[in-house]
Amino acid sequence: MNNQSLDPRVNRLKLNASGEAVTVQEGENWNVFEVFHQEKRGAHHEHVGCVHAPNAQLALIFAKEQFGRRKKCVNLWVVRSADILAFDAEDEDMFANNGEKTYRDASGFKVMEKINKFKKAAKES
Amino acid sequence: MKTNGLNMVYYKVRKSNSFAPVILKVSTTADFGDRTKFSNLQDYQNNHSMYGGGYIFDEPNNRQLKEEQIHDDPEKLTEFEDRISRGEKIEPGDWMPSEYRRQLIRLIEQHAHSEIIGALPEGTWITRAPGFKRKLALIAKVQDEIGHGQLLYNAAETLGKSREAMINDLLSGKSKYSNVFNYPAETWADVTVIGFLIDAAAIVNQIANSKGSYGPYCRALERICYEESFHLKQGHDAFVELAAGTPAQREMVQDALNRWWQPIMHFFGPPDKNSTHSEKLMQWKVKMASNDDMRNQFLDTYVPKIWDMGLTLPDEKLKKDEATGKWDYSDPDWDLFKIVINGGGPCNKERLDVRKWAEEHGRWVRKALMNPKDKISAPVA
Ligand SMILES: [Fe+2]
Ligand SMILES: [Fe+2]
Repeated sequence: MNNQSLDPRVNRLKLNASGEAVTVQEGENWNVFEVFHQEKRGAHHEHVGCVHAPNAQLALIFAKEQFGRRKKCVNLWVVRSADILAFDAEDEDMFANNGEKTYRDASGFKVMEKINKFKKAAKES
Repeated sequence: MKTNGLNMVYYKVRKSNSFAPVILKVSTTADFGDRTKFSNLQDYQNNHSMYGGGYIFDEPNNRQLKEEQIHDDPEKLTEFEDRISRGEKIEPGDWMPSEYRRQLIRLIEQHAHSEIIGALPEGTWITRAPGFKRKLALIAKVQDEIGHGQLLYNAAETLGKSREAMINDLLSGKSKYSNVFNYPAETWADVTVIGFLIDAAAIVNQIANSKGSYGPYCRALERICYEESFHLKQGHDAFVELAAGTPAQREMVQDALNRWWQPIMHFFGPPDKNSTHSEKLMQWKVKMASNDDMRNQFLDTYVPKIWDMGLTLPDEKLKKDEATGKWDYSDPDWDLFKIVINGGGPCNKERLDVRKWAEEHGRWVRKALMNPKDKISAPVA
């Protein structure tokens, strides 16, 4: 089989010249940064994914390329993934709302009921 | 689980036809931080398994599945399966069966490799694309595909396999990528067929997978599908321009269709009747649709668009059975499919050699910027 590529650029590369296996060293793809994207002024920065970068400055550049090249974007944040502190996914139940929390909910206060009752009593007297 | 930077690694050994039980082995691997309390799984490759679905290997049997299920905590397994049947997503910190983790790493990793390798046949044509607008669109599309690879590698990393390990498995041939990219793009018409039909096939697969159970993979796919709509449209536009063009242009696009039809029919993997596809993977929402169902969906949407332009497809049996809604077609050559997956295609060697060249020649930049003392962590979500 002819190994010539249809791509003249590929033919110029002298592929597999050494014939040796190529191995990437652990850490060679740098560190992971989480990316937060702000779609417009006044909006929250929202988590959109992550990039690999050797430092925060380059992470910003890569984040612009990866997450800011298409949709509207006015600002980006990056932070090292290792610096994100989060609750364990297993502890999700601690956020469960229970029925007894109506005291901290607008629906837990029946003001109109009291006013109507008062007005009705005033009219009758 | 951790002592002096040593991580315990689950290590699987394949012995003749059976799997040895999981052995715990101590070795030095990347430190994935305290948040992710799992081990870096050694991905194994069954050389005889098939490329099923757009991007996923099917297990030839589910012996191992049963063995690993025994090791999984039954109470946690029930909780996990209940969560999935309620339609909830699984997130990186959640407990998950080891087989779920392993299959997902495999699926997402192969999908990522497919995006990266898939950029090569089209990238070849950037310098020769006809006209400025086509060149701009092709550059943008190829850049998107590399971006998709990055998003997917990140999703796989949340499951505990490092990006370096995935790249190494690609370069060594241990991990596969979509078979279609082992064929050359001979003319500009090939690029239009790839942009239109291969991207269309990928979209069918990706939309199905975006409704799966693993949160990070679904989120990556949502972004990917949004960008794919542009890929499909620009491919369709370039395809129609040739099909509605001069006799020479029509001949060129017909020739490309004839050559690409079999790889496209291969794309979704072997027919359901030949593949013992795992019900577990369907139940866990790792595999979202059967190969034949996805192929049928693709044919149903795109064959009429090809016929509309007065073009033909090299299969006399191809027609829709209106009664069943299913398409009839001749079986593509599945032996050839196996040969190409195992390295015998026209471009397998070139594709991997180009990736190796890029890794080798880009290394000095990555090393110059690398901080060896950096504590590496996995993506959070
Ligand atoms: Fe893509
Ligand atoms: Fe695409």
